[in-house]
Amino acid sequence: MDKPTNQNIRIGFYVCHCGSNIAAMVDCPAVAKYVETLPHVVLSRDYKYMCSDPGQELIQKDIAEHKLTRVVVASCSPLLHEHTFRGAVEAGGLNPFFFHMVNIREHDSWVHTDKAEATTKAKELAHAAIMRVAMHKALEVKRVPVHPDALVIGGGIAGIHAAMTLANAGKKVFLVEREPSIGGHMAKFDKTFPTLDCAACILTPKMSEAGSHPNITLLSYSEVTKLDGYVGNYTVTVKRKPRYIIEDKCTGCQECVANCVYKEAKFPDEFNEGLGKRKPVYIPFPQATPQVVVIDPKTCLNFRNGELTGKCKKSCVTACGEKQAIDFNQKETFLELKVGTVIVTTGFKAFDAKRMPQYGYGKFPNVFTALEIERLVNSSGPTGGHVVLRDGKTEPKSIGIIHCVGSRDKKTNRWCSRVCCMYSLKLAHLLKEHTGAEIYNFYIDMRTPGKGYEEFYDKLLEEGVHFIRGRVGEVTDWAMSKEEMEKGKLVIRVEDTLAGYVRRIPFDMVVLATGLEPQEDAQSIRRMLNMSCGTEGFFLERHPKLAPVSTFTEGIFLAGCCQGPRDIPDSVAQAGAAAEALVLIDKGYIEQEPNTAYILDDECCGCKSCIPLCPYTAITFDAAKKKAVINEALCKGCGTCVAGCPSGSIVQNLFDDEEIFSEIEGVLAHE
Amino acid sequence: MSNEWQPRIVAFFCNWCTYTAADLAGVSRLKYASNTRVIRLMCSGRVDPQFILDALAKGADAVLIGGCHPFDCHYAEGNYKCLRRFQLLKRMLADMGIEPERLRLEWISAAEGEKVKRVINEMTAAVRALGPLGIPQKFAEWDKEMEQFTAHVQAAEALKAPCAEHAPTQEPAHV
Amino acid sequence: MSKPKVAFYWCASCGGCEETVVDLAEDILGVVEKVDIVLWPVAMDFKYKDIEAMADKSITATFLNGAIRSTEQEEMARLLRRKSVYLIAYGACAHTGGIPALANQFSREQILKFNYEDAPTLVKGEKTRPLTSFTEEGRTVSLPALHNVVRTLDQVVDVDYYVPGCPPTPKITRAAVNALLEGKLPPKGTVIGPDHALCEECERKDTKPDKWDFVEFKRPHQKLMDEKCFLAQGVVCMGPATRAGCEAQCTAGGMPCTGCFGGTSRVRDQGAKILSSICSNIAAKEEDEIDETLAGIPDPVGTFYRYGLAKSILRRKMNLPTNP
Repeated sequence: MDKPTNQNIRIGFYVCHCGSNIAAMVDCPAVAKYVETLPHVVLSRDYKYMCSDPGQELIQKDIAEHKLTRVVVASCSPLLHEHTFRGAVEAGGLNPFFFHMVNIREHDSWVHTDKAEATTKAKELAHAAIMRVAMHKALEVKRVPVHPDALVIGGGIAGIHAAMTLANAGKKVFLVEREPSIGGHMAKFDKTFPTLDCAACILTPKMSEAGSHPNITLLSYSEVTKLDGYVGNYTVTVKRKPRYIIEDKCTGCQECVANCVYKEAKFPDEFNEGLGKRKPVYIPFPQATPQVVVIDPKTCLNFRNGELTGKCKKSCVTACGEKQAIDFNQKETFLELKVGTVIVTTGFKAFDAKRMPQYGYGKFPNVFTALEIERLVNSSGPTGGHVVLRDGKTEPKSIGIIHCVGSRDKKTNRWCSRVCCMYSLKLAHLLKEHTGAEIYNFYIDMRTPGKGYEEFYDKLLEEGVHFIRGRVGEVTDWAMSKEEMEKGKLVIRVEDTLAGYVRRIPFDMVVLATGLEPQEDAQSIRRMLNMSCGTEGFFLERHPKLAPVSTFTEGIFLAGCCQGPRDIPDSVAQAGAAAEALVLIDKGYIEQEPNTAYILDDECCGCKSCIPLCPYTAITFDAAKKKAVINEALCKGCGTCVAGCPSGSIVQNLFDDEEIFSEIEGVLAHE
Repeated sequence: MSNEWQPRIVAFFCNWCTYTAADLAGVSRLKYASNTRVIRLMCSGRVDPQFILDALAKGADAVLIGGCHPFDCHYAEGNYKCLRRFQLLKRMLADMGIEPERLRLEWISAAEGEKVKRVINEMTAAVRALGPLGIPQKFAEWDKEMEQFTAHVQAAEALKAPCAEHAPTQEPAHV
Repeated sequence: MSKPKVAFYWCASCGGCEETVVDLAEDILGVVEKVDIVLWPVAMDFKYKDIEAMADKSITATFLNGAIRSTEQEEMARLLRRKSVYLIAYGACAHTGGIPALANQFSREQILKFNYEDAPTLVKGEKTRPLTSFTEEGRTVSLPALHNVVRTLDQVVDVDYYVPGCPPTPKITRAAVNALLEGKLPPKGTVIGPDHALCEECERKDTKPDKWDFVEFKRPHQKLMDEKCFLAQGVVCMGPATRAGCEAQCTAGGMPCTGCFGGTSRVRDQGAKILSSICSNIAAKEEDEIDETLAGIPDPVGTFYRYGLAKSILRRKMNLPTNP
């Protein structure tokens, strides 16, 4: 193996204070002094902020002045700044891979409490890097062309906005939505906080624009089932669920709906949270995009257990007439798309209020979820905006809104869902407007950070909405005998922590401000796209501040609530992920870490043990030469074959055996 | 730092899950024992059993491998390859007189900063209880018999002992 | 010009390496013509003091076979090192420890106790241990002592070249001798032989599958008659992790490779590498199932380090006492 000759190795070492982030726990000058004594080190410095411009310039200057050929920086995680320092090294005229980074912040100063121990650890890690970098070889960054088309998964507000941004920039976009219509949760909302804009008025133009945009291929009622290929060049498989309607032929006239053999709508309507009814053939909501009906085989008479029976007289087909848009023989189909970038906007799932039985949802009819109320107050909702109890006629005179249902709770979800305080205020306002009822909010803390949000809260206080600080203990229909006023009501029992006593307050209606959770299938999406999830199960961004919409896979971006709870303005702002995708598409290539493996051609004996180890079929057997060959374009750099090669005839760039052995020796070298 | 013996643990963490989890532990300012030195690899599948043996032979008291959970490997199945090697290597180490507790494989996802803390603390405590492995010291101790012998031969040569058909030794009558 | 002086010596070995020299057949005559053999205890009578009397570096090359496990062997290794220009570790035992190095799984006391007290071939109750010195009628004789640790030649003295194999083949021996006689010597430390693994020259190579998915490991006798790649049949074969050069005689003869040529130059621990390769290709994913499959390799140390324990990274079982 070619080892770089000693006289060519002149290492410069820098240990970063990171202000006091590192320096408070690691004696940086001591580390620099120790490293100075190590072989090949010609220069060793400690510096306040290595990632700053002056820090980077220092490296460049030293490379020139001290003829450095290798650079090691001990600072934060390489996942954060390796790229930055490689850039500095390159700007200094060296190959960027003659660099190695030591993580003495996340892995050292931030996690230890004894300065001597932390300093020793920093020295050992630095020693390893010095030994390793001596083994480094010049490498070239590979450029992989990026397919110009993009995929957006999820047609909520974030997905629509992202798709529109890309499409308006002239890119072809596939927008995949699993429901029959795009729009997501926002389509169900009545008004938006804090401006009380009508949600539909904002959203529906965007929906129809997206639906008719020449650059957007809208695949509604479809799901992404597979993602193959590699960075910048994905082959996506999309499952198109049969809606029994030929989309191109349907004009959205809804004659079929009017003429369905069911004269009355009698099945629970998903869009209205089951508060309204629909027919087996239906359009989810008036502004649905695409304006295409859908037939539900579970309720349609022409089907039984998903099988076509032909038993219905199919008045819908007759009504459709010459358009011939109805096709009962439609089957699930699979579509293959080629894309270079993916924006994941799969949104959230509302917390299932039944998981907190103490609040009686599902048991007491007049306990509602916030989403149900959104539909009830909506003028195009099941009651035409008339707020009534579950009986469909009685107007509530008193309403209690319980905050943090499935949020900030160790038993369910620990996180704050961020939007519930604000939407509870909004619903309080709307409910008051619609019913004039007495409205109580039960909150733990009011969280109203945002433009105009605190002012909105103030407004509500002035409107005479009541606020009681305390986590609600239970909702019960049991009336304490003495209290006539509790009879037939729902009683909220709560410790009023400001007043300092336990209260029982009777209501006609209770609204649960349910929190936001990751989608149920978030894990399978994550696996499919090779992403990571945070503790809560929301998709993990590459860096919360520096790369909030990127993932660990180049070309795959996140926006909206799939990354964590957020409100509409934030979701839309984050859908600027599209901008990142645009940059990538316009750049035309993705730079790939040159950590691929290659076979030593003369040394490989053709034992074939490596071939099945590669999950990307990058290794094949050259039948003529009787040796293994690695297709560099397919190799993703895991190094499994390298570890598995019994004769040591596979080398992984950046992680070659000698580099790792010297790192091992280095971490153990310090006495 | 006290002068008492401190365990030294070499850890091989995969880039995508466990290394990121260790970063998360840092960002979350979790506090854990300082005895572990992490070497970043792209995948736990890159962990060559040679690395483990080499780390132990160079003075590590234990080796920790961290990879993605089953089904969650960034590279599909590298973690399984690691697991299979680990299963036999652990048995082999036992045959070579090395306690199984000195080699540990943990699946730690990018979200499990807490688990990094727990595993490192547990392992540090376990290794502390076991005491040093001290292979470099063992090598030195084993090779003393050669040094002793060299000294003896040199002494014998200096004396030019006449009866040197075979090298006499310092051994007692029974070996 | 005088002929170069050559020595052959044996330490802890079985004598097989000596056979190989003889196996050179008529070629040996050519060698004998070109060199002066100054030491070859297995074939001719030489005295220690004759060697001791020679000037340092007066032997051109010494081919030393066998591992070093006694004081005498160590002394001879040091002496021959001093007297030779080139010291060649000849055969697996000198190169990587060989079969004798399997003793590194046991303490000296365990070995002596078994061999001189407990072995079933011994007369019951007789517990005679060898002595290192014995005096009778005023005369003292001494015997070498057993070291605690079995070593390769290069763990005792500096070695110039290695000729691998248990035993080395005549062809590889001839290559080494010719290189020496013709002065075409490779860089110091080279192992004479190709630097790729055995599969390259195995006649079963074409029967290798593209997917292994080991579900069960079999013993060689269960698969002797089949002509397929041993690994393809679930028989542990060290071939992929073993240096070529033997012309795959074992696999041609119906036995899997046991690894006597050692690993390639790119490998630090032959056993670890074959373990890695074989285990990676096990089909099972669950711990219990993996262990079930691996139960077919009951003795990984004896299987993967049959010839290489002394030279392996760990060298010896760790929890053995080292008696003074």
